[in-house]
Amino acid sequence: MSAQPSPPVHTVDIATRPATLAAVPADGRPGATVHARGLSRRYGDGDAVVHALRDVSVDIEEARLTAVMGPSGSGKSTLMHILAGLDRPTSGRVTLAGTEVTALDDNALTKLRREHIGFVFQFFNLLPMLTAEENILLPLSIAGVKPDRAWYEQLVDVVGLRDRLRHRPSEMSGGQQQRVAVARALVSRPSVVFADEPTGNLDSSTVAEILGLLRTSVDTYGQTTVMVTHDPQAAAIADRILFLADGEIVRDVERASARDIVSVIEQLSR
Amino acid sequence: MRRIALKSIAFRKTRALLTAMAIVLGVSMISGTYVLTDTIRGAFTDIFTASYQDTSAVISGREIVKDAASGTATVPASVLPRVARLPDVEAAAGAVTSTDGVKLLDESNAALGGKRSDTIAIGVDTSQPRFNPLNLVGGHWAAGPGEVVLDKATAKKQHLEVGDTIRASGPGAGAARYRVTGIARYGKVDSLGGAAIAVFTVPVAQRLAGKAGQLDTISLAARKGVSPERLVREVAPMLPRSAQVKNAADQAAHDAGDVDEFLRFFQYFLLAFAAIALFVGSFVIFNTLSITVAQRAREFATLRTMGASRRQIMRSVLLEGAIIGVLASAAGLALGLGLAKGLTALMRALELELPQAATVFAPRTAIVSMAVGIAITVLATVVPALRATRVPPIAAVREGATVPPSRLGASANGLAVATIAIAVGALVAGSFASGLSTGATLLALGGGVLLLFIGVAMIAPALVRPMAAVVGAPARRLGGSAGALARGNATRNPARTASTAAALMIGLALVTVVATLGAGLRHSVRASLDDQVRADYVVTSEASLPDAATRTGAVPTTLAGVGAASIVLDDRARVLGADTGVDGIDPTALARTYRFTWAAGSSAASLARLRDDGAIVKKSFADKHHLRVGSAMTMTGPSGRRLAVRVRGIHTPPTFDRIQPVLAPVLVSRRAFVATFPRPKLRYAFVALDGNPGAATLAGLRQAVRRFPGTKVQTKDAWVTEQAAGINTLLNLLYVLLALSIVVSLFGMVNTLILAVFERTRELGMLRAIGMSRRQVRRMVRHESTITALIGAGLGLPVGLFLAAIVTRALSDQGLAFAMPVASLAVFVGAAFVAGLVAAIAPARRASRLDVLHALQYE
Repeated sequence: MSAQPSPPVHTVDIATRPATLAAVPADGRPGATVHARGLSRRYGDGDAVVHALRDVSVDIEEARLTAVMGPSGSGKSTLMHILAGLDRPTSGRVTLAGTEVTALDDNALTKLRREHIGFVFQFFNLLPMLTAEENILLPLSIAGVKPDRAWYEQLVDVVGLRDRLRHRPSEMSGGQQQRVAVARALVSRPSVVFADEPTGNLDSSTVAEILGLLRTSVDTYGQTTVMVTHDPQAAAIADRILFLADGEIVRDVERASARDIVSVIEQLSR
Repeated sequence: MRRIALKSIAFRKTRALLTAMAIVLGVSMISGTYVLTDTIRGAFTDIFTASYQDTSAVISGREIVKDAASGTATVPASVLPRVARLPDVEAAAGAVTSTDGVKLLDESNAALGGKRSDTIAIGVDTSQPRFNPLNLVGGHWAAGPGEVVLDKATAKKQHLEVGDTIRASGPGAGAARYRVTGIARYGKVDSLGGAAIAVFTVPVAQRLAGKAGQLDTISLAARKGVSPERLVREVAPMLPRSAQVKNAADQAAHDAGDVDEFLRFFQYFLLAFAAIALFVGSFVIFNTLSITVAQRAREFATLRTMGASRRQIMRSVLLEGAIIGVLASAAGLALGLGLAKGLTALMRALELELPQAATVFAPRTAIVSMAVGIAITVLATVVPALRATRVPPIAAVREGATVPPSRLGASANGLAVATIAIAVGALVAGSFASGLSTGATLLALGGGVLLLFIGVAMIAPALVRPMAAVVGAPARRLGGSAGALARGNATRNPARTASTAAALMIGLALVTVVATLGAGLRHSVRASLDDQVRADYVVTSEASLPDAATRTGAVPTTLAGVGAASIVLDDRARVLGADTGVDGIDPTALARTYRFTWAAGSSAASLARLRDDGAIVKKSFADKHHLRVGSAMTMTGPSGRRLAVRVRGIHTPPTFDRIQPVLAPVLVSRRAFVATFPRPKLRYAFVALDGNPGAATLAGLRQAVRRFPGTKVQTKDAWVTEQAAGINTLLNLLYVLLALSIVVSLFGMVNTLILAVFERTRELGMLRAIGMSRRQVRRMVRHESTITALIGAGLGLPVGLFLAAIVTRALSDQGLAFAMPVASLAVFVGAAFVAGLVAAIAPARRASRLDVLHALQYE
């Protein structure tokens, strides 16, 4: 991996970002892409019931990077799955880009995903038989949409993969694979990108690379992004950080340094 | 999405190849069958075209009785000069053809080319080459007595050349020497199946074939400007009633008719085995794709998160199936050409030789092979494709994503039991219900068998655990921890193991049916023959005997120790509107060598009253035609001669006699028989001794029949054993053809194991890391494979025995007994075990060679 030329990655100095603590607003914010109201999710029943989410309401604002943090079992993944329409809440509803996600059938959800949602996964989830280029263009090919060449070329440069386009995932490092995955999520210009532990399966040297990419997509292209992470360093690039514990949002923080985030986590676990 | 299907196949080539193999073999059987039968048909077309190339019309004897031993009626030779004088006839030539009776022999009077050497003896007028279907490739035509021309294939096989001498005998003449004067071909065909062709002059052929003064065909060429139809109209009134005239085209079509009928049957017979192989192949495809879909669950989920619809996933998986189907069918089509040669070799090995000429590859062969191969593959893909569509998008973010269980879930076993119940119902209805049409019966039986296999395959997952506990017990004891793990692996995914074993089950069940019915038939033949025949020795002949022998009796009763020698002559005749077998017997001698069971009103005295105008008939024949003792009937022999008789006695042979009769339904005296049938065949001579059998008596008998080539003497036990073994050729053929479907299921086992090894890469790495040796890994995979194979046997053998029991029960009114072929069943279990070992070779090697470190990191 080190033998490969270093790509032009926009890195962020995480430590110097100012931290602003703010209260959770009672109402939906203007300019929000995703609205969630009264989300609850229970698994199992009777004595074995697990409350993954308890009456969570949240708005994800446009053109901002929202991080969702919390310890294992806090409900952070469940929240993201429900916001993205991968899971259904036991009660409550979600609106994404003006559509009520929780009311959609499979076909409508498929359409919503094509037009409004992009995903970045912890394990990259690239298709092993496709080249990097084919993987990036896959969402468009699935939707039967002709790719916008200019946008595609721009993306390839941003993620720095021009010399890797003909390579298969097995011929690329983890960082390169995740860069392909980010480009794939952005290629259809979705309303929201959901990133599920995007740095969870990367070695530390490539973590900053991917975080920089996500940050750039928000800053340069106004890409609304939701990122679930348990890594304070990752959360520190976010515009807003939601802390979950026991299925509830316990803190809603506007920009925080990694150190501040660690201290919030420590407070919460006390 | 289309690209994903294509790339996915290219990416997993080995897997696609192994999956495709399941269909390749079945398709190759289809294409091979068509190529083979088309080629044979082509050979015969060549022969018939050659026969009538320059012929306008053909006079021939009528086929008064179908399949008569003495053939069709002949045409009196006196017809030839009369038709030749007709002004519209430019040329006419007579020919003699004998397909049964003439034998080519070596110096010691043994048949050339062994026991089953058929000879077609032909007498042609070589002065009129336009009517001669044969082409000389060396030497010259036979020109006088003591000369013969042989076909190229026979000459090559027997290492005979122009100038060599052979011997020949026939119904009309004993063995004599003939010099080979030439080598010939029939049209463009080197060989006419296994039969040798011997060409004589017309008078020699007439004498040999016992057709003195007779011709089989007269070929006519019309003068210029005279249509064949006009010639036919002119000639027809000049012929006796037993003869007919046809224009050359009609005659060729008539000649081809019998061949066509046989070929059609042969084709369906082979295609049935192609269907079985494809049925097994569809199980293998279904299973392999189900596993693959399960392993690719995360891939499908990821596609769903990117906006792929269920329909797109469905189409993508189906397209993959279709591509595999196309590739497999194309490969099968090509392999079929080779298989056609293989089938020919197989038939030859089983002494069922077929004529050969240039290979015929018809468009129909390609169309049917491709269409069936693709359709079966796509059909087998439907369920796995549906399963792929049920993978929820959220599976993309879960580790170890799995395909959700089938919606049938808990009701699966109930459904399986219901399917089996319907199958058994259909089988019972098809076997025992009366009043069903043939089509309905076949549908009920075929559908029943199919449903039974599917039902057992459905219930099999529930049986895998207990069965693995039984068949896996030795593995656990012998294989230690590897054996115990193997059993665990076999039962880890019961549905997968069950489906793999089910593919093997089908083949094993069918060979079990064959073996069981075979054992039952052998047992019943033995019982029936032992019950009826009381002779000490039995003389049988493959050729018609010389006239003299049939009149005087081939076995001299004067031989020391011989108490009675009963000759039974055989042919077919038209009796009461239907063709029936008729035997000519010596009443007193037969009474001593055959145990009659007389019906009410008949007795041994009936035999004494037989004389030359009486008949003894079987009860079944009498019932069918409402005959009683005293009823009159007239029979017409193959030459058109008639015999009027009265029923003098009715007997009831054992029920199994219907399947393998010892005597024909109608018995008449030998004298009356010889007067009615022109060239009768010796069915048996039963010899009863006065004293105990001795070597001298046997030697004397052998000496006595030596004059008659193709005739042999056996003790009764040897004869009964040979008769019981008569079905062995058929059984062996069935075994070989069913082996194909077992090979297909073997591919399924290899597939499942390789996919399982692939799936458990990390686990295998862990086992190696904690100290499992490569040998132990190999042993573990081998044990898992043999456990699966033995489960297949454990399912297949009972299913086969059950099917055989139903068939036996349905045929019990024919006297068929049920016999358990214990030795064969043991062999089948052993074969299944070996199949398991063979299937495990490649997967075990792959598993043992995994790099431990790499395997542990494998995700």
